[in-house]
Amino acid sequence: MKDKIKIGILSIQGDIEENFNACKDALKQLNIEGEVTNVKDYNEILDLDGLIVPGGESTVISTLLSLNQANWKLLKERINEGLSVMGTCAGLILLSKRSYDKRIGETKQKLLEILDITVERNAFGRQHESFETELEIPLIGEKPFKGVFIRGPVIKETGKDVKTLAKYDNEIVAVQQNNIIGTSFHPELTEDSRLHVHFIKTILKNKEPKNIR
Amino acid sequence: MAISLIAAETNSKGQKMKIIENKIIVKGSTLVKRGFAHMQKHGVIMDVTNVEQAQIAEDAGAVAVMVLDKLPYDVRKAGGIARTASIKSIVEIMDAVSIPIMAKCRIGHLTEAKVLESTGVDMIDESEVLTPADDENHIWKWDFTTPFVNGAKNLGEALRRIEEGASMIRTKGEPGTGNVAEAVNHIKKINKEMRQIKSAYQDNDYQELIKLSREHKVSLELVKEVGKLGKLPVVNFAAGGITTPADASFLMNLGCDGVFVGSGIFKSDDPSERARSIVIATTYFNNIKEVMEAQKLVDEKKSLLGLDTKNLELKMQERGPSF
Repeated sequence: MKDKIKIGILSIQGDIEENFNACKDALKQLNIEGEVTNVKDYNEILDLDGLIVPGGESTVISTLLSLNQANWKLLKERINEGLSVMGTCAGLILLSKRSYDKRIGETKQKLLEILDITVERNAFGRQHESFETELEIPLIGEKPFKGVFIRGPVIKETGKDVKTLAKYDNEIVAVQQNNIIGTSFHPELTEDSRLHVHFIKTILKNKEPKNIR
Repeated sequence: MAISLIAAETNSKGQKMKIIENKIIVKGSTLVKRGFAHMQKHGVIMDVTNVEQAQIAEDAGAVAVMVLDKLPYDVRKAGGIARTASIKSIVEIMDAVSIPIMAKCRIGHLTEAKVLESTGVDMIDESEVLTPADDENHIWKWDFTTPFVNGAKNLGEALRRIEEGASMIRTKGEPGTGNVAEAVNHIKKINKEMRQIKSAYQDNDYQELIKLSREHKVSLELVKEVGKLGKLPVVNFAAGGITTPADASFLMNLGCDGVFVGSGIFKSDDPSERARSIVIATTYFNNIKEVMEAQKLVDEKKSLLGLDTKNLELKMQERGPSF
């Protein structure tokens, strides 16, 4: 690879530092030179190779992001043009085309509408139903991956370009659509950075000459 | 290290296990409880007393709402005994907003806490804003599946609450006064005490670490973890007296992970604008231009006038068990 990669963590709200550290870990494991940076300003998105939309409250991130319509559009465009993105939990919801809350139903929440899935928010219920379990994610190896679900969503419908990466109890909980990865759980809360490693590999694949603008 | 699991009680009754298709599912584990608090980071948790306020809070960008019967300012004015909110209000709010719902129980009041857990609130605040129900002990929070947040005015208090199973800490400040000074004192004190531990840890000064653990009345293990991390092993928010966007930014700059706003929003005359502006100032806390723009959204004439913390009849931060 010719130059080092730059990954931004969308730093509006949520577990920003945990994703920051997971990316650093993943870069180290891959022995790749790269920079991880906190991104709050849209101008900073322009020179990124990858962006992580962290876990947190999706309504908060969406409310603050959509305050500036021009910037909201810019972010959508960059992802449509091929910027690699990974969204965990709240991030997954924000990237999705359609979402509803299990208890409340339709909400006013604005979505980026780029990942062709329908998400059910709070699908397992409230916090006392939150859980951790072992997931099988063949793409990243045989060893089970610890899935931490915090008021987690599930993916109810997927479009034709969307690959299922993991299921839990017959529900889809991780997907990939070309340059976009989304998980219902929080890989950043565990010590296992294999999903962040997979994200960086996706970035590298995306950075190959044919995709350079 | 993604999340610290220090001091986790191994036989915690709050941890529930079951097996589905040969896979172990664990609810209420330390990781899941502390993980919830991590999702609140960089957010604003707003005190509300009814559905209308909860919706204003959600629309403004609150990360969660805290349901009370009376806002702290009104608790002071009303006098008498302050107890947990009506279940009816809590359930109505749960049906109206999609963000997490928290509620307060009295310090040490095990049954109020169990009732709140049954209603399904996402987090319980064992709070000095309500009248303490036990002068000797706080709740043993390891017995709960629902995570707890507790107040602290110094590091010892924060670490003792963590040993009891708190998944999140907030400064006590002096609630319901509109005066941020006490919250500032508390976070500065905690920061100073953490620096002391960190430097002893870095110097490998075992004798000093033992001395500090005795001073703070907590286990050496926990003190060492603070030394290693250079911060608390759980998420740490600011609370008590936050009234303006500038207050929120100030506390975030002192190293808090997020803020609670009690009376500051719904005792003001511009709650929607104020709620939104405090959210913006919390996210962009270190960008003074954004904080200035947020500050423009509020009118100082509409702020909660507040109370002088020097002449208070009731000091909420002093209530509850001293240990």
